Amino acid sequence: MTPPADERSPIDSLGDPVVRAMRYVGGLSLLIADTAVWSFRGLVSPKVRFGWEALAIQMVRVGVRSLGIVALVQTFIGVILALQMTPPLATFGQEAMIANIIGVAGFRMLGPIITAIVLSGYAGASIAAELGTMVVAEEIEAMEAMALNPVRFLVVPRVLATCVMTILLSAIADLMIALGGYITCRLVLASDVWVNYWPNMRDQLTFSDLGTGLIQAAVFGVLISAIACFEGLRVRGGAKGVGRATTMTVVYSIVSIIASACVCTMIFYIFDF
Amino acid sequence: MIDTTGQPVVRVVDLVKRFDDRAVLDGVNLQVIQGETMVIMGGSGCGKSTLLRHMIGSIWPDEGYVELFGQNIAELNDDQFDAIRKRFGILFQSGALFNSMTVGENIALPLKEHTDLDDDTINVIVTIKLELVGLREAAHLMPAEISGGMKKRAGLARALAMDARVLFYDEPSAGLDPVTSAEIDQLMMDLSKKLGVTSVVVTHEMDSAFRIADRMAMLDKGRILKIGPRSEFEALRNGAVTGDETSDLIRQFLRGDPDGPITRRRRSDGYEEDILDAAAGHS
Ligand SMILES: Nc1ncnc2c1ncn2[C@@H]1O[C@H](COP(=O)(O)OP(=O)(O)OP(=O)(O)O)[C@@H](O)[C@H]1O
Ligand SMILES: [Mg+2]
Repeated sequence: MTPPADERSPIDSLGDPVVRAMRYVGGLSLLIADTAVWSFRGLVSPKVRFGWEALAIQMVRVGVRSLGIVALVQTFIGVILALQMTPPLATFGQEAMIANIIGVAGFRMLGPIITAIVLSGYAGASIAAELGTMVVAEEIEAMEAMALNPVRFLVVPRVLATCVMTILLSAIADLMIALGGYITCRLVLASDVWVNYWPNMRDQLTFSDLGTGLIQAAVFGVLISAIACFEGLRVRGGAKGVGRATTMTVVYSIVSIIASACVCTMIFYIFDF
Repeated sequence: MIDTTGQPVVRVVDLVKRFDDRAVLDGVNLQVIQGETMVIMGGSGCGKSTLLRHMIGSIWPDEGYVELFGQNIAELNDDQFDAIRKRFGILFQSGALFNSMTVGENIALPLKEHTDLDDDTINVIVTIKLELVGLREAAHLMPAEISGGMKKRAGLARALAMDARVLFYDEPSAGLDPVTSAEIDQLMMDLSKKLGVTSVVVTHEMDSAFRIADRMAMLDKGRILKIGPRSEFEALRNGAVTGDETSDLIRQFLRGDPDGPITRRRRSDGYEEDILDAAAGHS
């Protein structure tokens, strides 16, 4: 029996959120593992049909709707980077390096991270709301009772679609950041900087700048969609529960995006990528 | 006649389920024999749907267990349980249609996923099942576009899609007009008599219950108050008040009398105290 709140020692009440957080991460990890198993079975086992159609539907849903916003936001990022970085560079007479800085910051980090944050609001929240509503309407229970596994039929297409689309959108985002920087240089900054903008960027960027960015995008995509599915499927208590699930999806997604970016960057740093 | 020595398809043993420390099911024992139609009755909120959910493994008991086809479902792995579930048809109280699909697609889904039938064959089956429940024109409508009673019938068509040998119905005729309700009863009886389907029906429509039941069970306060052949319940309904609390309670329920043990019990459950508490401003 848990003692009532006012009888607990400070240590006890510290333990409660920790235990809950561990349970959450455990449940989320199990869901991701389950998703991996079903994806694998779908692609390998002849007995388990892979839902290509469902995957295509989810890719359109996740990707197409967010494309405009991602492009717009990332252009702004390019503009901001160019405007903020040029004055300090100018003090060293290195304005021309602006393309190199935008390249590294955009491709390695800002492209994937901002894309993932946009997607957590767009795709994540809508997936959580959709699955949560299905729970409330007893649809998930009906699926299970009909021997249709919700992870296989609902989670797998959403996670794979979000993962693929986060990668694609990040690639587009990279281009938009570069373009935003270029436009700013061309229109606002000293006349000679833009001439060497694209050659400089090409010289600076290595394959690992693009690669590490896209690997992170894949990780973010899986995290966002898995958190959204996890929150959606554990909805209890009607419409209020659905609202809570969408909010928590966005909050936990953003935390996990930044945290995993930090971990990824450490790993890339250690292995010198 | 029902051969009660037949195989039990569903066996519920000492089932206890608590929600927030309140025992909704408090030691339920029940068997459903192959080929019979078992009607489960009981007041609103007494736990009928909860009992049904245990039988299909949607929720798990705190104590006791459920056997399907002689196997304790808690001991099955996912694939084994899914194999059993494919032999079931389930009608949920709310219909539980998939709201992102049309009525027709809802019924086609289990056929698409669990059989190798081609699309044309599936369409034929869908049309037949929809005709059985009188919904052929609604095939292309979304669940949001049809009425509550139509959802119920579409859910029934979906439950029948796979030609299941065991059917679970949660209030099949609630919210239906008398003619449609009688038609659904007839359909359920045909399935049972002509095809030997085993049915578990939760209902509190008494006319319907007496039409379709082979055996009946009355659930009250988390326990089975009485279980037996329909004739016993008929005799009880038609008999006079005896003063025996249990029989009078069941009789009141079957007849829908406003006075009797059920209403007396409700009043004596601290009603006056609640009123006085509320009036005093603390509940
Ligand atoms: N998930 C749940 N969490 C908490 N309590 C629940 C839950 N499901 C059911 N209950 C409670 O269990 C009791 C029985 O519910 P159930 O739905 O089984 O009743 P029922 O007999 O089917 O009623 P009705 O005839 O109105 O459909 C109710 O008092 C309900 O409040
Ligand atoms: Mg019910």
